[in-house]
Amino acid sequence: MTPPLSDFIIALPEISLLVVASLVLLIEAYSQSKVAAYLTTIFGLLLTSVLIAFAGSADIQFAFGGLYINDAMGITLKLLTCFAAIMAVIYSRQYLADRGMLGGDYLSLLLFAVLGMMVMISAAHFLSLYLGLELLSLSLYAMVAMRRDDVRASEAAMKYFVLGALASGLLLYGMSLLYGLSGSLELGRVAETINYGVKSEMVLVFALVFVVAGLGFKLGAAPFHMWIPDVYQGAPTAVTLFVGSAPKLAAFAFAMRLLVDGLQPAHGDWQQMLAVMAVASLAIGNLAAIMQTNIKRMLAYSTISHMGFLLLGIMSGSLAGYSAAMFYAVTYVLMSLGGFGMVTYMSRAGVEAEELDDYKGLNAKHPWLAAVMGMIMLSMAGLPPFVGFYAKLTVLQSLIGAGWLWLALVAVFFSLIGAYYYLRIVKLMYFDAPASSETIPVSHAGDARMLLSANGMAILLLGILPQPLMTLCAYSIQMSLR
Amino acid sequence: MIEGIGYLSLTIWVPIVAGLLILVTGDDRNASGQRTLALLGSVLGLLVSLPLWSGFDSASAEIQFNEIAEWIPAFNIWYHLGVDGISMPFILLNSFTTVLVVLAGWQVIKTRIGQYMAAFLIQSGLINGVFAALDGVLFYVFFEAMLIPLYLIIGMWGGPNRVYAAIKFFLYTLLGSLMMLVAMIYLFFVSGGSFEILEWHRVGLTMTAQLLLFVAFFFAFAVKVPMWPVHTWLPDAHVEAPTGGSVVLAAITLKVGAYGFLRFTLPIVPDAAHELTWLIVALSLVAVVYIGLVALVQSDMKKLIAYSSIAHMGFVTLGFMLFNPLGIEGGLVQMISHGFVSAALFLCIGVMYDRMHSRQIADYGGVANTMPKFAALFMLFAMANSGLPGTSGFVGEFMVILGAVQVNFWWAAAAALTLIFGAAYTLWMYKRVIFGKVANEHVADLKDIDGREFLVLSLLAIAVLAMGLYPLPVTDVMHASVNNLLEHVAHSKLVY
Repeated sequence: MTPPLSDFIIALPEISLLVVASLVLLIEAYSQSKVAAYLTTIFGLLLTSVLIAFAGSADIQFAFGGLYINDAMGITLKLLTCFAAIMAVIYSRQYLADRGMLGGDYLSLLLFAVLGMMVMISAAHFLSLYLGLELLSLSLYAMVAMRRDDVRASEAAMKYFVLGALASGLLLYGMSLLYGLSGSLELGRVAETINYGVKSEMVLVFALVFVVAGLGFKLGAAPFHMWIPDVYQGAPTAVTLFVGSAPKLAAFAFAMRLLVDGLQPAHGDWQQMLAVMAVASLAIGNLAAIMQTNIKRMLAYSTISHMGFLLLGIMSGSLAGYSAAMFYAVTYVLMSLGGFGMVTYMSRAGVEAEELDDYKGLNAKHPWLAAVMGMIMLSMAGLPPFVGFYAKLTVLQSLIGAGWLWLALVAVFFSLIGAYYYLRIVKLMYFDAPASSETIPVSHAGDARMLLSANGMAILLLGILPQPLMTLCAYSIQMSLR
Repeated sequence: MIEGIGYLSLTIWVPIVAGLLILVTGDDRNASGQRTLALLGSVLGLLVSLPLWSGFDSASAEIQFNEIAEWIPAFNIWYHLGVDGISMPFILLNSFTTVLVVLAGWQVIKTRIGQYMAAFLIQSGLINGVFAALDGVLFYVFFEAMLIPLYLIIGMWGGPNRVYAAIKFFLYTLLGSLMMLVAMIYLFFVSGGSFEILEWHRVGLTMTAQLLLFVAFFFAFAVKVPMWPVHTWLPDAHVEAPTGGSVVLAAITLKVGAYGFLRFTLPIVPDAAHELTWLIVALSLVAVVYIGLVALVQSDMKKLIAYSSIAHMGFVTLGFMLFNPLGIEGGLVQMISHGFVSAALFLCIGVMYDRMHSRQIADYGGVANTMPKFAALFMLFAMANSGLPGTSGFVGEFMVILGAVQVNFWWAAAAALTLIFGAAYTLWMYKRVIFGKVANEHVADLKDIDGREFLVLSLLAIAVLAMGLYPLPVTDVMHASVNNLLEHVAHSKLVY
């Protein structure tokens, strides 16, 4: 049976992105110009965003026989994913050009990864969920391995691939168990069946364990976090920048689709698993980050702790909690883009500014850059008046509202520990003298610099007026839950 | 909604905007322009806060200069400002101190002058926000954000061990604030979804909840005050901070903690406060007596004044826990007086440090011979710190002791020891530094204070004397609000 035309219209953003991604590959084959592929990528992402904004409606629509869902949460997340990807591309242009990596292969991989994320976000079916996830993961493996003569990058890619494949296996096994229980791969049906009661509660819990473990891998939550530090550190900074940003939105959507759309009736069971994972992530992420001397590795551990916070939002299991988690994901992506964007910007041909000591005395030479980085770090630490504070506030609020006071206290305690290593970056930039008297190297990409400034200002402005973004997240969640 | 922009908003945003303007003027090449801009900004900040005093209705205990605007409706968070007789004087004190700090850093700070001035101005605006905020989250935002400039001030322009001191200061105070954040969110739910502080004053709470909230607020505010035994960050921060940082720290930030007791702890959890009076009183008396003795043996002048601050703040918290008008008003007067006196003393030490680059008492001696004008002013402030009648230091201490006698004679007796210890450590330090023979050639080379320094110190001297001789205007402003608070606290809000 051929799907009706209207289904294709709903999926127009994905289709157009697929076309653009293929186009970028073709341009590489026929044109020597690196700029053409770069501009096509940005243009393609912009076009996709426009299509997302206009093609979809806020009502829940299904397409392709229940494989694909279009709802407000999907639209918002896909739009933000595209924006994050655009920012990542702009940040990394100079870095990639300096290293000869700016080309159709890299950019098309990036676009395919974005496509994978969009499929994940719009998945209403285990099959499409898994398909999107694999498209994303495979593209990311290749991107991490792009610098194949680099030992650390190859090692990172290897680790990422092996662990990622393992996680996919776990996830698939869990999904197959759920299929066995419910007789359907459609998330909505699965939820219905579980709601009516399943034959074996034990098998359900068993399936949940596998699904949640797979999810934990993809999110990078402890105890499934092992790949994060190595991949973040080993990958070229531009790739780390991308890996650490937009996919977190997709991972959030993945968790929402799987746990809330599909497994909401088993809420009591996965809640406890998420709570354990969240606490472990907060503890491991924050404690291990203190000991790092490499900023990419430090930010990797900080990611783990942020994912812990995000899980806390999801696990509280209320509308407020989901909105809080979504708000957290969006603000985290904004901060992460800024942080890794800064690391990318500070690097130039032949110099990777990835040691903490590279940031010593930054204020003396580049006060504005130091101010932007300072804002990002303080925001990650969750201090007002930056947006990171509201992310933590909303999550804590949903936790306490759901009666998890002790978890809120644990989260707060680890935020205090986390504040230490963010403050250390501020200390390095502001209190220490530069390591050498020569100027601190920064690349001279004007576009990246402007974007950095805008990114920093966004963190501050959203911190002063967080209402619009909060409303957007709350609205998206509210409109999408059945 | 706001009609136009109120004075309270101006006291917050004028200094912040001025600070941001200074930041965009660039680096040290524009130093003189930046200084002028900073002075203009701080004076303007003081001017816009004066109407709060002149337009204040002392007879009323109501919140005045209300400003309410929607901020984050999704969580029922409002941009709600307003002052009563308890908070209003501190906005003035803060704006006044900012002018002094700008003047004091005029020539002393040589590097990154723009950032220095901007940090102080932004901090000044944020602190005004703390005193004016009536919405819990708004309060928290200001309360936390003010740490950032102070962290940078201590860490960038401080002494040799500044990094340790800055991080210790920050993490210590952050610990307390985060506990308070959890408490606030809890109150949000208990009060049926409101972050309004005045609403929290009304909500009934069980004893367990009250005790837990008390502990959370206690952490937040006791660290800021600081009360013994969570005071250890203060001497480190003071010793390492530049003069201006010490002044703001002692004169203003400590007051934020004590203010929190009156705005949050007492009215929100009155029953727990009554229940735990013994604890706070005990800690306060330990601060007064034990820290007084610790101050006596310090060899570093800044450290000595830092410990003296802790002892004086112990007096303040003691006064608050007496639950009578004399005690609370005495505590408030003591806070303002200490704001002037400690600022002055740190500025005096700064004056000497700028010339000698030493804070050790042993390096000095006979300064009166070379700096007579300075010695005279320093004398006044030393006397005020020891609580001499006629200076502002006496008024608050006397009121608190009188209030304590009404409650428990032995508390009063222990508290009165501070008059002895305070006189002992302050005057002994004064004697060793100022009198005697000229100790060494460095002291012999000292030059007396210049016009700028004289202006700063004499402004403070006027304030200290005025408050000491005629404290009525200050207590008048507070009277209605304090009585209102006491009446509120006297009623149990226990629910079962």
